[in-house]
Amino acid sequence: MSATALVAMSGGVDSSVAAALMLEEGYDVVGVTLKQWEGPGGEMPTAGCCTVGDAVDARSVAARLGVPYYVLDYVDEFRTEVVDRFGAAYLAGLTPNPCIECNRRVRFDALLERTAALGCDVLVTGHHARVRTGSDGTRHLLAAVDRSKDQSYVLHMLDQRTLARVRLPIGEMTKDEVRARAAELGLRTASKPDSQDLCFVGKGDGGYRAFIRRHFPQAARAGHIVDTSGVEVGEHAGAVDFTVGQRRGLGLAARSGAADDGDPRYVVAVDAATATVTVGRKQDLEVGGCRLGDVSFVAGSPPSDPEVTVKVRYRAEPAAATVAREDGSWVVRFGAPLHAVAPGQAAVLYRDDEVLGGGTIVATFR
Amino acid sequence: MAPYLDEVFANPSGIHAASQRARNAIEAARERAAALLGATRPLEIVFTGGGTEADNLAVAGRALSGNERGGVVTTAVEHEAVLATARFLERLGCPLTVVGVDGTARVSPEDVASAVRPDTAVVSVMAANNELGTLEPVREVADAVRAAGSEAAIHTDAVQAFVSEDITVSSTGADMISLAAHKFGGPKGVGLLYVRDGVALEAVVHGGGQELGRRSGTHNVAGIVGMAAAMDEAVGDRVDFRRRIGEARDRFEAGLRRAVPDIEVNGSLRHRLVQHSHVRIPGVAAETLLIRLDQAGIAAAAGSACHSGAVEVSHVLAAIGMDETAAGECVRFTFGWVNDAADGEKAALAVADVVELLR
Repeated sequence: MSATALVAMSGGVDSSVAAALMLEEGYDVVGVTLKQWEGPGGEMPTAGCCTVGDAVDARSVAARLGVPYYVLDYVDEFRTEVVDRFGAAYLAGLTPNPCIECNRRVRFDALLERTAALGCDVLVTGHHARVRTGSDGTRHLLAAVDRSKDQSYVLHMLDQRTLARVRLPIGEMTKDEVRARAAELGLRTASKPDSQDLCFVGKGDGGYRAFIRRHFPQAARAGHIVDTSGVEVGEHAGAVDFTVGQRRGLGLAARSGAADDGDPRYVVAVDAATATVTVGRKQDLEVGGCRLGDVSFVAGSPPSDPEVTVKVRYRAEPAAATVAREDGSWVVRFGAPLHAVAPGQAAVLYRDDEVLGGGTIVATFR
Repeated sequence: MAPYLDEVFANPSGIHAASQRARNAIEAARERAAALLGATRPLEIVFTGGGTEADNLAVAGRALSGNERGGVVTTAVEHEAVLATARFLERLGCPLTVVGVDGTARVSPEDVASAVRPDTAVVSVMAANNELGTLEPVREVADAVRAAGSEAAIHTDAVQAFVSEDITVSSTGADMISLAAHKFGGPKGVGLLYVRDGVALEAVVHGGGQELGRRSGTHNVAGIVGMAAAMDEAVGDRVDFRRRIGEARDRFEAGLRRAVPDIEVNGSLRHRLVQHSHVRIPGVAAETLLIRLDQAGIAAAAGSACHSGAVEVSHVLAAIGMDETAAGECVRFTFGWVNDAADGEKAALAVADVVELLR
C-alpha cells in the first residue's frame, strides 16, 4: 500500500502543483481546503483568499488530478487562535503577523492531528520553503529556491516532530517553474494571481485597519501624538492606524513646530494602553536589538554559535546579529542598528539558507 | 423522460403540435400527481424547480398574498428553505413565531396552535425532519390550528417523508404540500407544491404567467414527466420500501450498537422515518468520520453542506438542546432504494472499523 499525502489546497497555483507533484512521487493524495473564516450567514468569504471561489478552484484541481477533496471547518479554531489574537495584539499596540499564528496554531497543529486521524502519512502545503534531512536524521528548514517568494520566515516555528511529517515540494521550484508546471498539467490555477491580503480581510473592505475597527472597536480610541521628548504634536483617531516605521498618514504636515525642520517624521512607538503614538526622526527608529517571546528552535535546541542573521519582517533582508539568553529570555543584538523593528512581528534567525528558529519581538532597545 | 429531452423539444407554451405534445405530457403528469396526493383537482398541483422553491412559494406566497404582511408560524427544526424564507419575510414586516420542539425534535400541536395569531397567514410544519427523520404530527397540528378558529393555511414540507410515508391531502390535513422529485427517485431540480383550491398565493417567480401565474418560467418538461413517473413508482413501492429499508436501518443500528455500545441514536425512535439513522458516536469528530467513511465507500452526512462543502453546525441539533461538541459527533445515515437489508450490516461494520481506528 502506498503512502497517503494530505495536501492543504488553498485554491492557489502553489498548492495545486504540490498535489500534482505528490501524485507523481507515487503518493495517494487527499486534498483539503480549510474553511477558516465565514460571513454572517456562515458562508465562505467572497473576497480575499480562502473564498468560495478558491474552494471551487481547489475542488476543480482535485477533480482534474482525480483525487478526493474535502473542505474542513476550522472556523472556530481560526477565530480564537488567529483573528482574536490578531485583534488583541493590535489593542496592545503591537504589529502582529496573523499568518505566523495560523501556521503555529492551526495549519501545522490542528491539521497534523487531522492528518493522522484521516489515515494520511504526510502533510503537504504549497509553501515556498524547503525541508532537508541530515545524515544524522535531523530535519533542516531552508529558504526557498525562489528567494523572491521565500516563505521560510512564516514557518520558523516548525519543529523536528512537525518537519518529520511535512513535505514542501514547491520550495524546490521557482514561481515561474510552478506556473509552467500547472499550465502543462492543465490546472485552472496556472495563471491565477498570487494572494496578497490577509485571508480573512476581503478586498474592498477597507483593508485590515477597517477590519480591526469593525471587529475590535476599542482599537479606534482617539489619543495624542507626541514627539520623542513627550511634547504633544497632534491627535489621532485610533492607535490601530499606526505601525512602527510608518511615515504616511500622521497628519502632522500642517502643524507648526512639529515638523518645521523639514525632516520627515516616523512612528517610533505605539502605546495602546494610553492611546499614545510617538513620532520622531528616522534616526529615532534605529534599534540595536530586541527581546523575544514564544521562541522556538527548529533543531530543538539553540544554535551553539551565537553569530546568526536575522529577519525582523517578512520582506526584510537578513541582517547580522548575535543571539543570547539574558535574564530568562532570548535577546537578539543587531550587528548594525536596524530601522522600523515593530514589536509583534517575528524575528527569524538564519544561518545562510537555514532557518534556526525565531520568536515574536516583545520589546526593542537602542 | 428521454423523449422530452430531444424529440419533443418544443416549449409547452407554444401553439404548434410539438408544443401541444409537451403540454399534454405536463398535464398528464399533473393529473397523475394530483391523484397520488389525493387532490381534488389537477390544477391544485403547481410544478416548481424543486423542494426549496415549493417551500418558498408556500410560505412567502401565502404570507405576501394580497400585498399583506401575513404572519408565519413554523418550527425550529424546519429545513432552511422554510426557515430562511420565514426570516426573510420577517425582515419585510411579516410577524414570525418559531415554535420549539422536544428532545426528539417533535413539535407539540398545542404549542403550534397557541402560537397562531389572528394575522397568521401560514403555519408551516414539516412532515418529517430531514436530519433526524423525526415525524411531525402534521394532521394533529392542522386540526388544532383549525379548532382554535384560525384561517391560516397549513403547509407541510413533505420532501423527506414522501418516499416512505403515506402523504396525501387527507393524511396530512394540509392546505399546501411540498415535494422534491429527487427524494423519491426522480430527477433533481424539479418539485411541486400542492395548493388547496381557494388558497391564494402571491408568486415568488414572476414572469410569463405559467402555472396559473403561480410559477412563471418555461416548464422543465422532462423533469416533470420524470417526477410523475417516479411518484407513481414510489407510492406503489412504499410497503416494500418500508419493510426492506426499515430492516436495513434496524440491522445497521443493531450491528453498530454491538460494535460500539456507547452510540446514542438521536431523534424519536417511535416517530421516525424508516430510512433514517442519526447517531452520535462520543469522542469521534463527525467531519473526520465522514471522510474516512467516504474513503471506505460509504456516503453519510452530518448537518447540512454549505456552498464550499464544509460541514455546518446543525440548527436542528441546537433546537433539541444538544451542545456544539456533541453535535460535532453526530452523523446521519440514510438508506435508499438502492440499498438492501444486508447493506445495513455492511455499513455498521465499516463504521465500527473507522470508529475503532479513530478512538
